[in-house]
Amino acid sequence: MATQKYKTETLKCWNKAKEIRMNFYKKYVDAHDNGGLRWAGGAWSFGAIPAGLGNDIFPITGEPYGASIAFNKEFSLRCLEATERKGYARDLCSYMRSYWGSIILDEFLFGGKFPKPDFMWQDHICCSHAKWYQVANELEGGGIPTYSIDVAVGPYQDVTDNKIDYIVNQMHDGITWLEKITGRRYNDELLIEAVNQECRATSLWAEICALNKGIPAALDEKSMYSLYVLGTLEKHSKVVADFYAELLDEMKYRVENQIAATPNERCRLMSDTQPPWGFLNVFRYLEQFGAVSVGSLYTFGLIGVWEDKPDGSWGPRETPQQKGIEIKTRDQALRILTDWNLSKPEWQHFYSPHIKSDMMIRIAKEWHLDGIMLHYNRGCEGLSLGIAENRLALIEAGYPVMTFEGNMGDEREFDEAKTMSRIDSFMETLGMKNIV
Amino acid sequence: MITQFRDWEQNRHTYAKAWKEKTGGKVMGYFCTYVPEEILYAANILPVRILGSHEPHDVTEAHIFGMFCPFCRDCLAQGLKGKYNYLDGVMISQSCLHIRQAYTSWIKHVPIDFSYYLPMPNNIQSTHAVKYLAGELAQFKVAVEKWIGKELTDEDIKHGIEIMNENRGLMQQLYSYKKNENPLISGEETMEVAISEQMVDKREHTPVLKELIDKIAGGAGSKNNGTRLMVLGSEDDDIAFIRMVESVGATVVTDDHCVGTRYFWNNVENNDDYLEAIARRYCERPACPSKDWIERSRIPHILSLAKDFDVKGAIVIQQKFCDPHELDIPAIIKALNAIDVKTLFLEFDVTVPLGQFKIRVEAFLEMLQEDDLF
Repeated sequence: MATQKYKTETLKCWNKAKEIRMNFYKKYVDAHDNGGLRWAGGAWSFGAIPAGLGNDIFPITGEPYGASIAFNKEFSLRCLEATERKGYARDLCSYMRSYWGSIILDEFLFGGKFPKPDFMWQDHICCSHAKWYQVANELEGGGIPTYSIDVAVGPYQDVTDNKIDYIVNQMHDGITWLEKITGRRYNDELLIEAVNQECRATSLWAEICALNKGIPAALDEKSMYSLYVLGTLEKHSKVVADFYAELLDEMKYRVENQIAATPNERCRLMSDTQPPWGFLNVFRYLEQFGAVSVGSLYTFGLIGVWEDKPDGSWGPRETPQQKGIEIKTRDQALRILTDWNLSKPEWQHFYSPHIKSDMMIRIAKEWHLDGIMLHYNRGCEGLSLGIAENRLALIEAGYPVMTFEGNMGDEREFDEAKTMSRIDSFMETLGMKNIV
Repeated sequence: MITQFRDWEQNRHTYAKAWKEKTGGKVMGYFCTYVPEEILYAANILPVRILGSHEPHDVTEAHIFGMFCPFCRDCLAQGLKGKYNYLDGVMISQSCLHIRQAYTSWIKHVPIDFSYYLPMPNNIQSTHAVKYLAGELAQFKVAVEKWIGKELTDEDIKHGIEIMNENRGLMQQLYSYKKNENPLISGEETMEVAISEQMVDKREHTPVLKELIDKIAGGAGSKNNGTRLMVLGSEDDDIAFIRMVESVGATVVTDDHCVGTRYFWNNVENNDDYLEAIARRYCERPACPSKDWIERSRIPHILSLAKDFDVKGAIVIQQKFCDPHELDIPAIIKALNAIDVKTLFLEFDVTVPLGQFKIRVEAFLEMLQEDDLF
């Protein structure tokens, strides 16, 4: 066994992240006990908006719930098969199929019956987004008020007032709709607070990821999955933003003290798209070669919001609060929320894989990567969109690229042995030997 | 009766090249029927829909991951193989993610003068969609003007609308004859007309279409007395498939496809603001499933087609991996079955197994005919 190059230690805030996650699901389930409301929607939905209905409004976001199901292989298979029995195709989004299966079986992953939402609040950029909740409502027997906001107006580089207005107008209508279906009076101050917290949380996450440019990497991607997920659950909540502030401090400490995620770091990689959640051991396998996946556009930019910094590097987007902007009105809050989200890195490739390739090449350079592992993910058409063009661009830019096919949420489409064998070959091409 | 349409459909590239030579105009390849052809006609640009060839190919694997639909890969293959080398521009109007990849790979790997991504709204049920799209059309119009070096006047746009409306109106009229008992035009013939209208200058297509309608109105043509079917689902320009279906005792009397009724079912209505009028037409046309939310508008429309055309059964086709249709098909089948229209589901690829499908279609027709007996 090779001598350890760097010291390593577990994250001090690790257990807190797990607690926040479990508490998120518990609050959703228990919402009705105290007269609160439940809503269901996607991880990208504008959660800051329903937050204006009160402090007792609790969401469940579909994608992380689907990912959690995927980790439980027995339940996952039952969910997927239940959905197939209803006539839905096997190649649809596997998160969505898992989520629907949980409704059909009327079983909640964390125990008990599936907790029916009071309303559904979604956004739409991928073909499946709004349709997910259209079908979910049908599977629930119908009658659940459902609202979706179309955000597919093109890449941020081409944003215009017309595009912003279209989204903001849908949001204004959405607030009127929320008041109507809940009978509650909307509180703009809560909205403004949630928008500020969302900007804070998603900028902090980007700052945390930017610190991984350092060598050795203070975080490995497998650990990042357990941390970024909080932003997919409730990115507009103070709890999440505060946690990211705490994590940022710990990251700074780790970077300053050369505390590594992988003690024998010799080779730096990134992945792309969601991993096969039932097989995160892929990342542990890399460690045997001294290889660490330091992140990806997915882990950095699914929730994190970034911008070009004055020194030419990629870093966290400055928040309205940091710029001294005080949000005073509902319309202003909604415009800021729209502009902020439209700049999200993981929304850009929906219009052009070439924009995504440029960002990936930028990551490869700034994070000092030796190679890239692309997960051709059969479970997500949205994030696999254009991935073959990304591969060509990365190769053209001079980076070794390995691809492996799988599915984030359907283990029937992942070949573990074949993937490990591919990793062996890839490591060999990179000149890495097993050091364990 | 449809010789000219068939010739256009089969020799689409020859036609477009000749058109270009004859007129000196530009040709725009487009990937989705949400493209506002009115503005292209206003600019004297020939819109040509990019379709696949239904031939196996090996050129797209490096560009589009295999889990995306065969149609988008077949379209891209045509570009990579140089089949559309006469195009001056390509554009897409936002619809599904699949076909979008054919566009984004095309503009990267096939040299082209002009390209445009029109962010057509997905939330067409929103009261804000028309205004938004009108704004995007204005931006598109400016881009076209810059490209052709000429400002488009209201009169030009009005002229573009008239060209499109006249052709769409005639297609609606043609389909109305298919409601008759034993219609005088088959499904295969109708498909030839429908495909050709997406690639031939409407100013040439329209007079020939008028002649066809006059002939049918006058009783010309042979009677098609097969079991009345509709076909619906993903993009479908597979003439060989429709021919096979009709060869075993069916008549395809209507459809819900983007190469079919969804393309021409409604017109641009009069409005002093021409761009807004065009925007309203595209927001209100029979929806592509990628835009059919939160309410399901497609189901009442499809049921209405089934009743109006008195169909006995429906063939529901889906391009393999076509997520938008996969999200609608279970609900549509349920709704059709509830009004006693039986369904046959078939999955399409670039090529279809006609022999196997023939057996399934025959069995389906037998089942429908037994219904008639009892």
